[in-house]
Amino acid sequence: MTEDTKIGGASGRFPATHWSAVLAARSDDPAERSRALEAIAAAYWKPIYKYVRIRWGKSNEDAKDLTQDFFAKLFEKEYLDDFDPAKARLRTFLRICADRFVANEAKAAKRLKRGGGATHASLDFDAAENELQRADHDMQLAASSESMDDFLEKEFIRSLFGIAVDKLRRECESRGKLIHFRLFEIYDLEADGARKASYAELAKEFQIAPTDVTNHLAFARREFRRIALDCLREMTASEDEFRREARALLGVVPE
Amino acid sequence: MNWLSDEAIARLQAASALPDLAGTRYRLIERVGSGGMGTVYLAEDSVLGRRVALKVIDLPELRADLSARLLREAQILARLEHPGIVPVHDAGTLADGRVFYAMKFVEGERLDMLAKRIEALPDRLRVFQRICEAVAFAHAHGILHRDLKPENVMVGPFGEVLVMDWGVAKILREDPAQRGDRAGIPVENSQDAPAETKPLRTAHGTILGTAGYMAPEQARGEIDRLDERADIYSLGAILVFLVSGKKPAPKAVLAISQKAMAEDRANRYASVSDLASDTARYLDGSPVSAYPENVFHKVARWTTRYRVAIGLVLAYLIVRALLLFWLRR
Repeated sequence: MTEDTKIGGASGRFPATHWSAVLAARSDDPAERSRALEAIAAAYWKPIYKYVRIRWGKSNEDAKDLTQDFFAKLFEKEYLDDFDPAKARLRTFLRICADRFVANEAKAAKRLKRGGGATHASLDFDAAENELQRADHDMQLAASSESMDDFLEKEFIRSLFGIAVDKLRRECESRGKLIHFRLFEIYDLEADGARKASYAELAKEFQIAPTDVTNHLAFARREFRRIALDCLREMTASEDEFRREARALLGVVPE
Repeated sequence: MNWLSDEAIARLQAASALPDLAGTRYRLIERVGSGGMGTVYLAEDSVLGRRVALKVIDLPELRADLSARLLREAQILARLEHPGIVPVHDAGTLADGRVFYAMKFVEGERLDMLAKRIEALPDRLRVFQRICEAVAFAHAHGILHRDLKPENVMVGPFGEVLVMDWGVAKILREDPAQRGDRAGIPVENSQDAPAETKPLRTAHGTILGTAGYMAPEQARGEIDRLDERADIYSLGAILVFLVSGKKPAPKAVLAISQKAMAEDRANRYASVSDLASDTARYLDGSPVSAYPENVFHKVARWTTRYRVAIGLVLAYLIVRALLLFWLRR
């Protein structure tokens, strides 16, 4: 029992085998830095876009520009060099940076388009706006009743789970396990408000045994969890931070 | 990437947090509760066809030291075969890397919730005695509980009392009865003990135990000094909890709790058996060692103890006197 566990690693030490975008963002290697910043932008641009829309009441177009400019500036000015994981969560740090940035931009009353393409992640703002509109009612309620930290955390979880679902889909495709993913999609992603299909019904639809439905779903969920936690580890810089964030991500709250 | 609704996120969170029981004999039924060390689930043992409780370490807490501590708790429970201590059936590691152990599923109620419905003081004291018996048994096997409190006591539907949650227990000495071929559990009294066997402080540096029920030396973090008297202090605090209510507690009972909770552990009961014996003496109407009596107290206790006989004698004398009075008239 003194061996490192698969996910946790050695007690109190962030495992070197896991790549951390937060740590790599301060690397001297430009390629490593770029990769790290892309990973951070991929996980955070949607939450930040929605945050700017809700918290600052910006229009769709203004929020797009501000989000792009913010991440461009984040990379250019090396803001992340000032980030101390021991003092704050990355999410909180980014929120404070975003608040300052938007406030300064408002003061300047004129935004400058900064080197388009400085962020290499492709930002699908239409999709983000659609998400915002789809959840419009709830979003307004959320914004009025929750702290902005809670709102951003919720959106970060949505973004990270979305990335994990995409990775799971690609992984299942490459391993010839598309049925596994489809079952996961039907059972865990698409069942809002509707009666869930029973395992027997799914087995009939996919022409497999009901026990296969159980096993395939278990496989997909296990892989999803592994991918989501790996993604989360990339966004954290220490074991303690990872555990804190994993509790929020998995909704584990001790009584 | 498809948009994930709040409901989908909740389902993904629930599915991700659940233990992966693939390849085990257990089928998950529902989540029962959680604590500092992990979450307890109700499951079915598909081989034996019975319900069990699975204690599983939470995924975010999947660290070598906590895994070791959970396994250690299972080993301690396995050592303590007593009607007042929940029996452990199985332990191992799940497919997702989480350590778990299976134990009897206790369908009872926590003492902190139940106590207010136990009306009579003697009934409360009998529950307290059952707790003392389980703890005394553990002490006899060289194990301190270190987190005794009403929340860690379950009372079953047939009045059975079980002491739960041995996650921060301390092994004072190797149990002679367990020596032999079986691997021992690391004894936690050495400066050289590995970090995994020094669980008194959590990763956040907080002292394990519960304020209000923790002995002063435990609250001060004097790990190496802890002995049976730390649990005796906690038992005294449980006794206070049990006798606190609308009616003032009898002075003798309060004296028992005060002796158990003495600031200086040298002034506490030397053993849980002594504490239980004093409680039994109170229930029996005999003098308790913690409460020196004057003449009036003795008379009051004596009359209480023999109130039925005294009543009968008094009734006899009154009838006799009335009879004599009537015959002489």
